[in-house]
Amino acid sequence: MSSTKFILGLFDDPDDMMHGIEKLQKNSVPIYDVYSPMPIHGIEAKLGVKESRLGYAAFCFGLLGGSVIFSIVYYTLVHDWPMNIGGKPTFPMPVFVPFTFEWTILWTAFGMTLTFFAATHLFPGRAPRVMDLRATDDRFVIAIDAKGNVPHDDITNLLKEAGAVEIKHNTRKYVSYDE
Amino acid sequence: MASHSESILREPLITGKNITYAQITNEVLAPVENKPNKAWWIGFVVAVLGALLWVVSISLTFWYGLGEWGLNKTVGWAWDITGFVWWVGIGHAGTLISAVLLLFRQNWRNSINRSAEAMTIFAVICAATYIVAHMGRPWLAYFTLPLPNQYGSLWVNWNSALMMDVFAISTYFSVSLVFWYTGLLPDIASIRDRAKGLRRRIYSVLSFGWTGSVKTWQRFETVSLILAGISTPLVLSVHTIVSFDFATSLEPGWHTTIFPPYFVAGAIFSGFAMVQTLLLITRKVLGLENYITMFHIESMNKIITLTGSIVGVAYLTEFFIAWYSGVEYEQYAFINRATGPYWWAYWSMMSCNVISPQLFWSKKLRTSIPFSWFLSIIVNIGMWFERFVIIVTSLHRDYIPSSWVMFYPSWVDVGVFIGSIGVFFTLFLLFIRFLPSVAMAEVKLLLKTSSEQAKKKLIDSGKLDKEQVESYVNQLKIYDSVDITDYETSK
Repeated sequence: MSSTKFILGLFDDPDDMMHGIEKLQKNSVPIYDVYSPMPIHGIEAKLGVKESRLGYAAFCFGLLGGSVIFSIVYYTLVHDWPMNIGGKPTFPMPVFVPFTFEWTILWTAFGMTLTFFAATHLFPGRAPRVMDLRATDDRFVIAIDAKGNVPHDDITNLLKEAGAVEIKHNTRKYVSYDE
Repeated sequence: MASHSESILREPLITGKNITYAQITNEVLAPVENKPNKAWWIGFVVAVLGALLWVVSISLTFWYGLGEWGLNKTVGWAWDITGFVWWVGIGHAGTLISAVLLLFRQNWRNSINRSAEAMTIFAVICAATYIVAHMGRPWLAYFTLPLPNQYGSLWVNWNSALMMDVFAISTYFSVSLVFWYTGLLPDIASIRDRAKGLRRRIYSVLSFGWTGSVKTWQRFETVSLILAGISTPLVLSVHTIVSFDFATSLEPGWHTTIFPPYFVAGAIFSGFAMVQTLLLITRKVLGLENYITMFHIESMNKIITLTGSIVGVAYLTEFFIAWYSGVEYEQYAFINRATGPYWWAYWSMMSCNVISPQLFWSKKLRTSIPFSWFLSIIVNIGMWFERFVIIVTSLHRDYIPSSWVMFYPSWVDVGVFIGSIGVFFTLFLLFIRFLPSVAMAEVKLLLKTSSEQAKKKLIDSGKLDKEQVESYVNQLKIYDSVDITDYETSK
């Protein structure tokens, strides 16, 4: 039994890597994940990754923020202590606009970004689950779970044919940052 | 779809031959991974001395009160608000570049957005110090929060434009910070994976455990796009609300409906000037000529000319409306600005902001780096004068001639202002030392489509229209980072 846990195909060109994904899929090899130093457009469709729903979260947070500040201004300005300033109305709609607008944006931004961090498990101090250190520099990495995907040499050959510059058989899943 | 090729008619956004992804990482991270050079240290020492002057001046202000400033009974707002509006204005270009240009798919923003956003954040920090300082009793700053009545006699005054300002500036600062830091995560991860020991640990914490997996990038792009979408109206709202501080008053010279668009245009104008001031030096000192090219410089100069012209039209409109309104106080306020004792401030503003940017109609001048830098300084000065003119000349002669005065700044006024520039540069220099000053991931995205080498390959394939290639090569002549002889032989 080989001790290989993950097979990594390292590409130096995003187009070659896309080609590699196609090749693997044609041979029914499941892809664990792909790591790249920049976003690659069109890869989601190829890997069947569902569209992000963060937009809905953003909308809800915006609505909430706007409602919260509107309620605060309404309570303090109109309900709790209405003031008569030269006979002007105590419920001046234009005054509500800047506050409601600003907090809608504030809550959208923070709500959405924090949802993104939570969903992607990003937070300060999180141990980076990186499989190859060059994936944040100049390598486009396809990771394949070695378990069940045998023989490994076939996968190696597939990746090589697609133009991988390096193929790694890693015995541990993630790079250790403690060395 | 990294493989599609871009029209040859578009200027390249990355110049140089045989640039690889690794080279982009190496070049951008060079100042972060190596010891700083002499130029950085000289700049840093000067900036820290400036920041120390700020500490001294602001401490005196807090200890003895606003009496340390040159304010008097008639002119109750002067250099503090001038400085505040100046810094907020400068703080507009970063978000404009990263948000508005993203929505308009202007890819040239990719290499300048990071440092422009950083500049925004530092400029807004400087602006915020003025808000706190001019409160007089800054330890009561919490009075601006909607706290219950036990803290004072009433709730906060929501009818006041100053209250709107608190919300606008705080929202702008925090949203810009989120936008900037989220964008930094992949680049911090790049530093982390190349570093060793303690540095790796620190950058690991800062990177939030970024991996660059498919799902992460997909969500990252959604977040960036939505943040850009909401930051665009936000950036317009901020200076609109800053202008309300003046426009909602009944002061002649301030009480005008043109203020919001005029302030926004002025903010973009001064913001781009400051980006130009910083980047022309940064690109040289850090050797980023291939990423921040002549095309970027020229594009920014064009925006400076456009917004400078909008500001010019606004000045003239204000003058016309003052006459057309038939209100003699309003008319006097403007006549006094142009011909009164502060005529020199008014005409400095006019010549720096309206006349000098028109020189950029000349292609030779707008593609000259020394001239662009010189003019960006002129615009910065002009925009400071604009705020000074609006604030001080409107106040210094009020309705009672017996209270007419001039404003003379104390040395503490000057110290707070010069010091805030020191604070700004200290922060900016620390930024370029410890964080990547160019968004690497976004620049890498352009390498296969919009780079000079990709276009060269297209030309060499010989399938392109001769006329189009010729006009492309002509465009390249202005680039200081392109070796034009490569193209002469291949023709």
